[in-house]
Amino acid sequence: MGDNLISVNNVSVNFDYQENFISKKQKIHAVNNINIKIKKGSFFGLVGESGSGKTTLGRAILGANKISSGNVIFHDDERDYDLTDINKQDLKEYRKKAQLIFQDPYAALSPRMTVRDIIAEPLEVMKITNSRQETDERVRDIAAKCRLNIEHLRRFPHAFSGGQRQRISIARALVSNPKFIVADESVAALDVSIQADILNLLKHLQSELNLTYLFISHDLSVVAHVCDVVAVMYLGHIVEMGPSRELFKNPKHSYTKALLSSIPSIDPEKRSEAIELKGEIPSALNPPPGCVFRTRCPNPGIDCKGGEITMGLTEVEPGHWVDQCCVL
Amino acid sequence: MSHLLEVKNLDVKFDTDEGRITAVENISLSVDQGEVLGIVGESGSGKSVTAKSIMKLNPGNTSYNEDAEIILDNENVLQFTSKQDLKKIRGGKVSMIFQEPMASFAPAIKIGAQMVEQLLIHKNINKDEAKSISINMLKRVGIADAEKRFNQYAFELSGGMRQRAMIAMALSTMPKLLLADEPTTALDVTIQAQVINLIKDIIKEYQMGVIFITHDLGVIAQVADHVAVMYLGSVVEKGPVNEILKNPKHPYTKGLLQALPDINNLDAPLSPIPGNIPSPLDRPTGCVFRTRCPHHNPEGKDGKIKMKLIEVEPGHWVDQCGIQCGQNG
Ligand SMILES: Nc1ncnc2c1ncn2[C@@H]1O[C@H](COP(=O)(O)OP(=O)(O)OP(=O)(O)O)[C@@H](O)[C@H]1O
Ligand SMILES: Nc1ncnc2c1ncn2[C@@H]1O[C@H](COP(=O)(O)OP(=O)(O)OP(=O)(O)O)[C@@H](O)[C@H]1O
Ligand code: SF4
Ligand code: SF4
Ligand SMILES: [Mg+2]
Ligand SMILES: [Mg+2]
Repeated sequence: MGDNLISVNNVSVNFDYQENFISKKQKIHAVNNINIKIKKGSFFGLVGESGSGKTTLGRAILGANKISSGNVIFHDDERDYDLTDINKQDLKEYRKKAQLIFQDPYAALSPRMTVRDIIAEPLEVMKITNSRQETDERVRDIAAKCRLNIEHLRRFPHAFSGGQRQRISIARALVSNPKFIVADESVAALDVSIQADILNLLKHLQSELNLTYLFISHDLSVVAHVCDVVAVMYLGHIVEMGPSRELFKNPKHSYTKALLSSIPSIDPEKRSEAIELKGEIPSALNPPPGCVFRTRCPNPGIDCKGGEITMGLTEVEPGHWVDQCCVL
Repeated sequence: MSHLLEVKNLDVKFDTDEGRITAVENISLSVDQGEVLGIVGESGSGKSVTAKSIMKLNPGNTSYNEDAEIILDNENVLQFTSKQDLKKIRGGKVSMIFQEPMASFAPAIKIGAQMVEQLLIHKNINKDEAKSISINMLKRVGIADAEKRFNQYAFELSGGMRQRAMIAMALSTMPKLLLADEPTTALDVTIQAQVINLIKDIIKEYQMGVIFITHDLGVIAQVADHVAVMYLGSVVEKGPVNEILKNPKHPYTKGLLQALPDINNLDAPLSPIPGNIPSPLDRPTGCVFRTRCPHHNPEGKDGKIKMKLIEVEPGHWVDQCGIQCGQNG
């Protein structure tokens, strides 16, 4: 597959929902029939509605979530890993190469370990370093890159602010020199200056270490700045995908347009020029048939066949894909 | 008229193995009924610690200075020790939306049960009423199928749903003062807009006072009436939101605004404020920003000056050193 690192083919992920022991099991359709290719060395952005399945998709790619149907392939230099059909040994190998930076740093860091031990843990668990001295060196090196002071290493996570904790989790993810990183809202907790700093760091490491990122974020300005390609999710589906500049300049799908219009303006006098989304927010337990955005779409065109059509992407410009119902 | 909340000369220190950390130094703030005070500032600058002080939620190694006062509704919260008094500020008159949603829901109890329990403690209502208030609030924060989500555990919700559930829980008791610590970081911008509108409606309806902590200056512009800018435990500038965003005086505030990624200019490099935040163990003497300030003059008085806010325009306060550098730079 040449220059792709990851291929996601027709992937769906469902969860069970059960009100109580006797009631019928229902399905939460978290991720529906998704196809994406992530190029080696790219910064692939995933944006979209809260609850639309971004984290679930990211975790599925990392082998941390079951995949209900479809498959995910990781194309390493020497060989492919098929995550839907992977043995324990291979999964272990794969975990060295693919790492997650968590969305919720508080939950991710063990309260009883010092920061040094938290960052060192992947090295020790995966037996990457040979001596304590080597481990310490790598920990110090990556900590410095993530702007943590040496004295921070001896403390416990509770003594850190939210943003500082996020830098600890970034250091932990990067310490094993992975090839692929899923960064799930990794800069959301950071103030703009440190955010810019960390993004520059991630960019820098990308070229230095030849990293590939799946970057999940709600901050569209950040995504526009760092990502090469962006996919927009809504209720388990990708509704639009394309080169980042093209997509931000020329959004086609009604949801993407609404999303871009809602970026809060820094000018207090310009409150709310957003396209407001009204109507029932649909549920992943019971997604509407046809176009999933139909219940809230602010401007269904005359030609909108929202109710009948099945979701699926069409290429409108080279590399720019839009859900077919919104194109027709 | 007296303020709903008034924080006067607050210092917060933590005792750690490596010594005493000054997390907050000499902060004074006020919030009126129906007003939103935004707090912005560098990570680690003491925003959460300040908010937690108001509910006395800082851990055991915390010490406050003796002359500090946190006056809520004419009572000094720092004097509170009895369970009864603490209950008043924890979920009664004050609610907090915490920065880490996972930390505020018990993992093994369904979110609905937690919301109901909270309401039963603080309101004189029965279980059914509590349940319907909770579900209604979940709907208002944009959670679809709220009746079903009510029956789920926190880990079964997406990051943004957890955050909204927490917002719903904090608002459901209709506190007089709401402390919202980065309440919308996990939300997409359309839901964020909806939640912000909801919070604004409720503020109007109930004349609630709000402290809104966020690093998103766009969000600040949309919700806040006043803003305080913090750096390394100190407020370096505060004033009406318009003034602060359009006419910032302090070099740190200016740096923050410059670091904002501009979606209309994707070729511009991201420009963080250069340098590292000093460790709170060795706060710089004099002007706290001097180790990173572009106008810092090593021969100047920066190291000796005392941090002190001065009013430069009606209601617009800037650290006194910040005024000088604002003019020089
Ligand atoms: N472990 C789980 N058990 C049950 N349902 C789950 C689980 N994990 C996720 N879900 C459901 O899957 C759907 C997608 O969730 P996901 O966390 O992937 O969303 P997201 O796009 O990351 O949202 P956010 O931006 O809010 O983080 C949601 O309806 C969520 O409730
Ligand atoms: N229990 C504690 N013991 C020791 N130090 C602490 C403790 N709690 C907080 N601190 C320190 O106090 C300082 C202020 O932390 P605080 O959480 O208020 O920052 P913040 O402004 O909320 O930052 P962020 O934007 O990253 O959330 C930090 O340097 C932090 O490391
Ligand atoms: S298909 Fe119709 S309802 Fe769906 S997003 Fe497009 S215009 Fe809106
Ligand atoms: S006192 Fe000096 S270092 Fe501090 S903000 Fe002013 S110019 Fe900068
Ligand atoms: Mg998520
Ligand atoms: Mg904080």
